[in-house]
Amino acid sequence: MTEPAPTLEIRNLDVVYRVRGRDRKILREVSLTISRGETYGLVGESGCGKSTAALAVVGYLASNGRITAGSIRVAGQDVVGLSGGALRHLRANDVSMVYQNPGEALNPSIRIGDQVAEVFRIRGAERPQALEQAEKALARVQIADPGSVLGRYPHQLSGGMQQRVVIAMALAKDPALLILDEPTTSLDATVEAEVLDLIQQLRSEFHTSVLFITHNLGVIAKMCERVGVLYAGRLVEEGPVKTILNDPRHPYTVGLLRCVPRGGTRKDRGRLDTIPGFLPSIDQELRACVFADRCGLAQEVCRTDEPPLYRITADHASRCHFHEQAQELPRATPEELGQPLAVDRSGTPLLQVDDLTKVFEQQGRHIHALEGVSAALWPGETLGLVGESGSGKTTFARALLGLVAPSRGTVQLDGRSLPPRLSLRTQQDVRVLQIVFQNPDSALNRRHTVRRILRRSLKKLASIAGGALEARLLKLASSVRLAERYLTARPKQLSGGLKQRVAIARAFAGEPRLVVCDEPTSALDVSVQAAILNLLVELQAQRRVAYIFISHDLGVVRYISDRIAVLYLGRLMELGPAAVVFDGPHHPYTEALLSAVPTIDGGGRARIKLAGEIPSAAAPPSGCVFHTRCHRNLGEICENEEPPLVEVEDSHLMRCHIPIEELRKLQRKGSTAMAPPTPSPPTSAAPLPASSS
Amino acid sequence: MTLFVLSILVFAASQLLPGDIGRNVLGPFASSHDVQALNHELGVDRPIYVQYGDWIWRLAHANLGMSLEYKVPVASLLGPSLINSLKLATVAFLLVVPLSIIGGVFAALRRGHLPDRVITLTGLSLTAVPEFISAIMLILIFGLLLNWLPVTAASPPESDVITQVKYLLLPGMALVMVLFGYIARMARAGTIEALDSDYTRTAYLKGLDTRTVISRHVLRNSLLPTIAVIATQMGYLIGGLVVIEKLFNYNGIGQRIYTAALNKDFTMLQSGVLVVGLVYLTATLIADVLYSLLNPRIRYAAAE
Amino acid sequence: MSTAVPAPPAVELSQASIARRETLGQLARSKTFITGAIIIAFWVFCAIFGTKIAPHDPLDQSFPQLLGLSRTYPFGTDQLGRDVFSRVLAGAHDILIIAPLATLLGIVGGTIIGLVTGYFRGVVDDVVSRVVDAVLALPLIVIAVTVLVGLGHSTLTVIVVIGLVFTPIVSRTVRAAVLAERQLDYVAASKLLGERAPYVMFVEILPNVMAPIVVEATVRLGYAIFAVAGLTFLGFGVQPPSPDWALQIADNYTLLNAGTYWWTVLFPALAIISLVVAVNLVADGLARVLSR
Repeated sequence: MTEPAPTLEIRNLDVVYRVRGRDRKILREVSLTISRGETYGLVGESGCGKSTAALAVVGYLASNGRITAGSIRVAGQDVVGLSGGALRHLRANDVSMVYQNPGEALNPSIRIGDQVAEVFRIRGAERPQALEQAEKALARVQIADPGSVLGRYPHQLSGGMQQRVVIAMALAKDPALLILDEPTTSLDATVEAEVLDLIQQLRSEFHTSVLFITHNLGVIAKMCERVGVLYAGRLVEEGPVKTILNDPRHPYTVGLLRCVPRGGTRKDRGRLDTIPGFLPSIDQELRACVFADRCGLAQEVCRTDEPPLYRITADHASRCHFHEQAQELPRATPEELGQPLAVDRSGTPLLQVDDLTKVFEQQGRHIHALEGVSAALWPGETLGLVGESGSGKTTFARALLGLVAPSRGTVQLDGRSLPPRLSLRTQQDVRVLQIVFQNPDSALNRRHTVRRILRRSLKKLASIAGGALEARLLKLASSVRLAERYLTARPKQLSGGLKQRVAIARAFAGEPRLVVCDEPTSALDVSVQAAILNLLVELQAQRRVAYIFISHDLGVVRYISDRIAVLYLGRLMELGPAAVVFDGPHHPYTEALLSAVPTIDGGGRARIKLAGEIPSAAAPPSGCVFHTRCHRNLGEICENEEPPLVEVEDSHLMRCHIPIEELRKLQRKGSTAMAPPTPSPPTSAAPLPASSS
Repeated sequence: MTLFVLSILVFAASQLLPGDIGRNVLGPFASSHDVQALNHELGVDRPIYVQYGDWIWRLAHANLGMSLEYKVPVASLLGPSLINSLKLATVAFLLVVPLSIIGGVFAALRRGHLPDRVITLTGLSLTAVPEFISAIMLILIFGLLLNWLPVTAASPPESDVITQVKYLLLPGMALVMVLFGYIARMARAGTIEALDSDYTRTAYLKGLDTRTVISRHVLRNSLLPTIAVIATQMGYLIGGLVVIEKLFNYNGIGQRIYTAALNKDFTMLQSGVLVVGLVYLTATLIADVLYSLLNPRIRYAAAE
Repeated sequence: MSTAVPAPPAVELSQASIARRETLGQLARSKTFITGAIIIAFWVFCAIFGTKIAPHDPLDQSFPQLLGLSRTYPFGTDQLGRDVFSRVLAGAHDILIIAPLATLLGIVGGTIIGLVTGYFRGVVDDVVSRVVDAVLALPLIVIAVTVLVGLGHSTLTVIVVIGLVFTPIVSRTVRAAVLAERQLDYVAASKLLGERAPYVMFVEILPNVMAPIVVEATVRLGYAIFAVAGLTFLGFGVQPPSPDWALQIADNYTLLNAGTYWWTVLFPALAIISLVVAVNLVADGLARVLSR
C-alpha cells in the first residue's frame, strides 16, 4: 500500500433502489476523494443518500439496491462488482464501518471478547492469541479494565462503552478507511464528546482515513477537514470545512447554516430562517438542479439545465449556476419580530412547583427519577429544561401534567393546588396544561385523520360543537400554518414537520396557558426545526402562553428560553436566566455540558472531560450527586454533604459547595486559557488553587 | 408455581360442572335413592370446598382415586397409557423439531423466493388441516396405496424398539403435519429478524463468510423464540393425541380421556386432564429454563 | 435497517380513504388471498344451496350401499346407501355455522378482555393472565370434551365452549398489542384532552390494534373448523344424521382397514382440507398486507 492512490475515490456513482417495480435514483453522479489520513465529512438531511453512499463503499447495499454507474476505489482497488472472496478480504482488511446504534451493532448473545477476537481470527489468529489482541484493542479505546469487559455481554455495558467496543472492532484491523455513520447521534452530550475525542485521538494514532457521515454541522466542524454537502442524492457543494461553514457557495448550504440557532441567537432578536418546501420525492424525475424548487435564487435556467460542478477555488466547488450570489439568498422567513415578549414576574406565578419528587419502583429497586424539584413559571415565559438522559426532564413534565402521580410535592396553578392525577383534575385545568411530544408519529393516532384529531380536541378543550366547529377548525389549522388540504390526510401521509404542526394545533385548541414542549424538534431535520421553533415563538407572542421547553440541543434551548433549569439525576442543579446560565459562572455540571457540545463556530470553550458514566438513579451517589464525575470536586464535603439549592446571585439558583465568586474565577480562567481539550479529571480531592488572574 | 395452583382451580371447576354426578352416571331411569347413595359413596354430596380439599389431599399423596367405570385405581390404568402416549409424542417430537427448524431457517434464507413460498404455504396448509384428516390421508397413501407402513399404532406385544417405532411412524407423522407449519413459521420469523439486524451487518462487514455469519451470529439469536413455541406446541401435541389415538386405536392417555368421557368416568377424566395439564406445564418449565440458559440477557439479569 | 429507502416526504392526498383502498388493492393482488376467498365463497354457497344443487337428497338412504364411483354417483355411496357427492356438497352447512359463531364469540370476548387488561394492567391483569396460562395448559379438545360431557352436547354448547376457550387466547394477542400501543404518546395526548378510559380504549386504541385482531380472527376461524371437525369425529360435535364432513369420516373410516371403500372418506376429507387451507390462505394474505 505504498502507492500514492487516495484511500477512497468515488467517481460518478449512481445508485438506484428498486421500489414497487421501478428504479428510484438515490445517488446521482457522486464523486469524492479522500486522501490518506484525511477526515471527510458527508453532511445532509435525512433521505439525502448519506448512508447509501457508505453502504455502497462496503458492498452492502440492500438487496433491492444496485450501482448502475460509476466506480468506487479503495486504496486503488475497484470494489464495484467484487466477487464474494475479494469482497470479504476487503472488509476484513481495508474498510471498517461504525453506525448509529452501538447496542444493536453488537450481537446480544456473544461475549464482547469473542466478538472483538473474531476480527483477528478472520485474519488467521488462534483463539487465545485473538483474545489477547482483543484485550489490547479494548485498552486502546480507553476502556478501563479491558480484561473483565472481554467476558461480558453487550447489554451489560453502557451506550458509550458499547460504542467504544464497536470502534475498537473497527480499528482492530488497522483499516485504510473508517466509515462513521452518525456514530454519536444516539449518545448523550457528554458521552458523545468523549467518543468524538477518542476518534480524533485514534485517527492521528492510526493515520486512518475517515468518512464521517452526520447531519450535525457542529460535529462536522469539530471533526472534519473537508466536507461534502449531499442533497437529494447529489453532492451540491464540496470544500474545506472552514470554507463551507463560513463562505458557502450553494444556496442549500447557505440555507442550512441559517436554520441553525447559533452563536447565542435568541428569540427576541429575530426569527430563524427556513428552507421552504420539501425534499423531492424519490419518485420524481430530476433533470435540472435538484434544489431549484426550494431555492430563492432559482431562475429559468435552474429548472432546465443541470448545473455543472463549478470550481470556485482549487478545493472548493459548487453545483449552482449562481454560486457567486449564493450568500445573497433571500430569507424565506422575514426576520421581523413578533410583539414584545417581556415577562412580568411581579404577580402570582402561573405555575408553582414545590418539592416535586417521583420514585418509581422497579423489580424491588427504587428509582429516584425526580428529587425535590421546585420552580415557578410566569405567563408568557419559557423555561428551558436541560440535562442528559435519566436526568428527570420527562418525569418532571409528566408529573406537571398529571400523567404520573408524584410521590411527594405539589403543583399549583394560579396559586391553587392541582390534584396529582389527571383523572381527578377538572376539564378546565386539563385544558390549561398541554404538551407537544417529541415524536409526532407516536403522538398522533395513525388511524385518525387530521380533521378528526383536531375536531375532537376542539370539542374537548374548547367545548365547541355543531356548526361553529368547522370554522374554528379552519382557524386553528391556519394558526399553525397547516394548509386546509392536509385536513383529510392521515398522519402517515404527512411529513415530520406537518405532523408536528398538527400536534401543536391540538395542544393549542383550547387556549392553553402552559405547554410542555418535550424535545419537539429533535426528530426533525434542521430546516424543519427552524420553522417549528418560529411557530412556537409566534404563538407565544400572540397568546402569552408559557412553555416548558425540554431539549438536549443547547443552541435551541438558548434560542427559545427566558430561563433555564439544569437537571442531573432528578435534582435541580442550576436555575437562572438563559444568558446567565450560558455565560456563567455556572454549575460545574452545566460547565461540562456546555463544553461538550460541538458548535459550528468551533472552539471557544475548553473541553471539560467528565469522569465515568452517569450513575444509576436507583443508587444515586452520596452527598452531591454530581461528585463522582465533577472536575471541581472539593473532596470530603462534596462526597458527604448534599449542597442546598441557593440563590447565588439575583434570580440565579445553584446547588454547589463552591462559592459563586470562586466559580467565576475558575471558569473565566478556563475559558480564556484555551486549554488543550484534555485536562484530566481530578480524581483526588485536591484543594482548589486560590489563584487570582 | 402459582400457575400450578391456578390450573388445579380450573380442574376443580371442571369437576363441579356436571351438576349431579350420580344421576349422570346411573342415567335418567335410576331411582333417586340409588342416585343419592352413589353421590354419598363418591362424596359428591359434601360441600364443594371439602371435596376440593379432599381431592388435593389425595393428589398430594399421589392417590388419583378409583375409576368409576373399571373399579380399579385410576393410576394403574393411566400409568401405562401415559407411557404409550409419551412414546408416540417422542416419535412425533423427534421428527418435527429438526424438520421444522431446518425448514424455517431455509425459508428465511431464501426469503421471498420460491423455496420460501413453498415451505411457508405447505406448512400453513398442513397446520390447518385437522389431524384426523391428515392421518386418514397418510393411511390412504402409505398404508393402503403404497402398503409401506402398518395402519394401526399399537405394535404386537414384545416387539423391539424398531418395530414399535415403525408402528408409531404413521400417527407420528400425522402429528408432525399439524406442528410443522407453526414451528417453522416461528423459526423463519426469528431468523429473518436476526438477518435484518445491525449485528448481522457488523458480522458481514468484519469480512466473515455467509456460513459463519449464519451459524455463529444469526442462529443463536433466531432460535431462542422458537424454543418457547416448541414448548407450547407440546400442549397441542397432547391434545392431538385424543383424536389420533382414537383413529389408530392406540391405548394412550388421549384414548383414556376419550373413553372416560364417553363412559362418564369422572375420576378418570379428572385425573387424565390433570396429567395432560401437568405434562404441558412441565414442558413449558423446561423451555423456560432452556431459554434463560441460552439467553445471556435473562441469565445475568437474575444474577445482578 | 440495511434496507432503508429514503422515505418519500409529504405526499399530498385529497382522499382520506386512500390508505384503506390501498389495502384492498393489495389484497386483490395477493394470489393467496384471492384463491382462499374464492374457495370459501364456493363452500358458503354450497352451505346455503347445497341441498338444492345436489343431485340426490343427502339424507336419502335408499341407494345401493358402498357403490364405487359412477356417473350416477360421482363419489360413490356410503355404507348406509347415501350419495357421497350430494353429502359432500351439503356437508359444509353445520361447520360453517358453528365455527364462525364460535370465532366471533372468542374474538369479541378476547378483544374486550385484552383491551381492559392491557390498558389498566394491575391486579385484574395479573389475575386474568394467570387464568389464561391455566387455560392454555390444556388442549382445546380436552377441555371441550370434558365440558361437553358435563353439560351434554348441543350445537350451542359447542359454540360457547370453543368461543370461551378462544377468549383468553385472543385476549393475550390483543393485550400484547394494547401494551405496545399504550406506550405511544397519542394515548397520553388523548388523556390530556380529558378523555375517559372507555373512549381511549375503544376509539383511540382499538382501531390501531385491528390489524392483529383481524389476522387473529382468520387464524382462529381455521382453528375453530379444526376443533369442530375433531369434536365431531369424536362424536361430541355435529350429530347425525347431518351430512357433515367430519361425521361422514367418523361413520366410514373403520371401513378403511379392509383396504377398500376409500371414496367414503377421501372426498369429505378433501372437502375439509380445501376449506381449512382456504381460510389459512386468507389469513396469510391478510397478515402480509396488514403487517406493513
